[in-house]
Amino acid sequence: MKWLFALLVIALAAPAAAQDSLPPAPYAYRQLDDPRLEAKAQALMETLRCLTCQSQSIADSDASMAGDMRSEIRTRIAAGESPGHIRRWLIGRYGDYISYEPRVTRVTWPLFAIPAALLLLGLLIVRRRLGERA
Amino acid sequence: MIAEFGLACLWLAASLAALQLVAASLGQRAGGETLASVVRPAAVVQALLCGVAFLMLLWVFARTDLSVLLVAENSHSEKPMIYKIAGAWGNHEGSMLLWVTIMALAGGLIALIEHRLPERTMLATLGAQAFVGLGFYAFLLFASNPFARISPAPAEGNGLNPLLQDIGLAMHPPTLYMGYVGLSIAFSFAVGALLTRNVTPDFAKVMRPWILGAWIFLTLGITAGSYWAYYELGWGGWWFWDPVENASLMPWLAATALLHSASVLASRDALRTWTIMLGVIAFSMSMIGTFLVRSGILTSVHAFAVDPTRGTFILALLAINIGGALVLFAARANTIAEGERFAPLSREGALVINNVALSAVLGIVLLGTLYPLVTEAFGVRVSVGPPYFNPVSAAFVFPMLLVLAVGPLLRWRRDRFARVKPAVIAIAAAGLVVLLAMWLIAGLALFPLLGVSLAAVVAVAAFLPLQGRSLKRLPLPVWGMAIAHFGVAVALFGMSVDTAFTVEKLSAAGVGDMVEVGPWQVRLTAVEPVAGPNWTALEGRLSASYKGGAGHMLAPQSRTFWAPPQTTSESALLTRWNGQLYTVVGGATQDGRWQLRLWWKPFVTFIWFGGLLIGLGGLLALIGRVSVDVRRRVATRRIAARRAETAR
Repeated sequence: MKWLFALLVIALAAPAAAQDSLPPAPYAYRQLDDPRLEAKAQALMETLRCLTCQSQSIADSDASMAGDMRSEIRTRIAAGESPGHIRRWLIGRYGDYISYEPRVTRVTWPLFAIPAALLLLGLLIVRRRLGERA
Repeated sequence: MIAEFGLACLWLAASLAALQLVAASLGQRAGGETLASVVRPAAVVQALLCGVAFLMLLWVFARTDLSVLLVAENSHSEKPMIYKIAGAWGNHEGSMLLWVTIMALAGGLIALIEHRLPERTMLATLGAQAFVGLGFYAFLLFASNPFARISPAPAEGNGLNPLLQDIGLAMHPPTLYMGYVGLSIAFSFAVGALLTRNVTPDFAKVMRPWILGAWIFLTLGITAGSYWAYYELGWGGWWFWDPVENASLMPWLAATALLHSASVLASRDALRTWTIMLGVIAFSMSMIGTFLVRSGILTSVHAFAVDPTRGTFILALLAINIGGALVLFAARANTIAEGERFAPLSREGALVINNVALSAVLGIVLLGTLYPLVTEAFGVRVSVGPPYFNPVSAAFVFPMLLVLAVGPLLRWRRDRFARVKPAVIAIAAAGLVVLLAMWLIAGLALFPLLGVSLAAVVAVAAFLPLQGRSLKRLPLPVWGMAIAHFGVAVALFGMSVDTAFTVEKLSAAGVGDMVEVGPWQVRLTAVEPVAGPNWTALEGRLSASYKGGAGHMLAPQSRTFWAPPQTTSESALLTRWNGQLYTVVGGATQDGRWQLRLWWKPFVTFIWFGGLLIGLGGLLALIGRVSVDVRRRVATRRIAARRAETAR
């Protein structure tokens, strides 16, 4: 039984080890040659969450998944895809969680309504405190 | 024995807090004078006992006593002494003990020295302090005992998270906690004033040094935390709107508003309810921050606790303290008289606008931080990050900075626009010149452009209130205000310029290769293995020259720790007056070259210099206030002594 277990461990560990030793994707640590395209890619990457890290964007993470996503995004930008299109594709694949830029949806509308309400409330308070006593 | 002694001290301190609460409540009644006289000594002894308990924890960590569970889980015998000691608060239980200790020490101090307020109000204040403290003692003793033993003791400890093994981070939690917990004094004063219906300028004067002190620590804590994230995380970012960062920003925003509001109350007897409200909110934000970080509701480097019972415990404490204070506020707010009136164009008017704006920003940060937790509870995961926080908070902060520029020029109570017109024109001109120059020459994007222009506006405006006054006789708090406001301008300048002009260069370099980044030429001269006390590393040797000048050596490392096993990038920075060269070395590529990450970040250091200036301004104001108070005490004592002499 023991050897079977050992074999199982090796069989299970092999893909993991292989994954670790894989070189990073081509554009994970390399910029695009065209500075305008690179700036576009950079701006997009800064607004995407690294799913395996804590509160870091994929633009500033050493995680291998963030590297793969950087490479994917640079490749797509270089191929002429628009940042908005890439974001929608990523949201479709990973969900809203991946984008730091919340969309207005049935769930997220208070994120936009409440600041507007705060603005009105603030103006109201200022008017009440200052308006009457001129 | 050391651990048991510490635990015993903690239990005794908790029972003294209970005594303090009971005596303060019953001592308010007629005939309760004996009980009332117990309150102050109880607070002082409680502080001493708690201090001793904390020293005992430091001691077991310094000795690496592995029979104590907390030490075994968070320390390691082969660790530099400084990180053994810092490890005492680099974990959930130890940091909560630190929290309680600071709170007890602050409470003991006001019991010892504060005699300006009516004794009834002081009793209520110390009672409130004991009430809040008691909740945290219960949390420590029942849900987070730092002195628990483990048997048999393990041969070796688990070690401290390598990211935390850094001198900046070792001092970060104590600094922030001084700020968080210092606000508890403001909270207790606010509750005491509400309970005894005694909201006076004296109350604001007594509260003000505590707010200032807490605010200075928060400012420095946030500044240091930001710099730590900048050089430790290895990608050159300095603010991530991470919930943990927001947890420290929210009390700071509330304390900033409170500070200004309390100054209006102290010098003009206006904004009474507003000051009380902010006093309650500021410490509430500290507690919410602690809940977010300590409950494990966010899983990050800071979230050491994953035990939900603890989260529920803190949530209950939060509900009782904040809820209770808000109910009290709602019940008593209308009994507080309105205070002195003022015209819209007056310094009070400007401060009202700024307080409203700061509160709104606080609301936005709170919303953006908590909202993802709320949706997650309903099974929808969303992220709220910089693309949300930056523009939404800027919409409030930018107009507020305009008011900040003009406010200090205005007179109290009432002013005429004609009087300040020349100054306003000068400020506006400075802003417009920078705006046009940056727009036409540098072609900046909207936010950096507005940021740089407003930095110019605030920088010029910061020193205008000093105009025409004798600089030698200027009170320290006025200097403090000017310097702190100037610090805001400096930090804003750094943020905007870094955002607009950072140059990034990612490359794979072989030994001997040259890489250009902005005005720098960087050559990789060697890659060497090096070893530290508890890590090994690959160290890149870089020679960097600015615009073809002499070469400067840099040595970034890629470190591998073995307890616990983890790899970190240690960046190497080269600081010039006009910015920083930021270098990181990563792993080897397949063809035997090395990953190099280089940034030229113009004026990025101004962000933290600005933070330091803001803190320095606060310190000057604090010294000014405290020295006046000390002089007053000495004078009254001398008068009393002279009277006693003549009576004899």
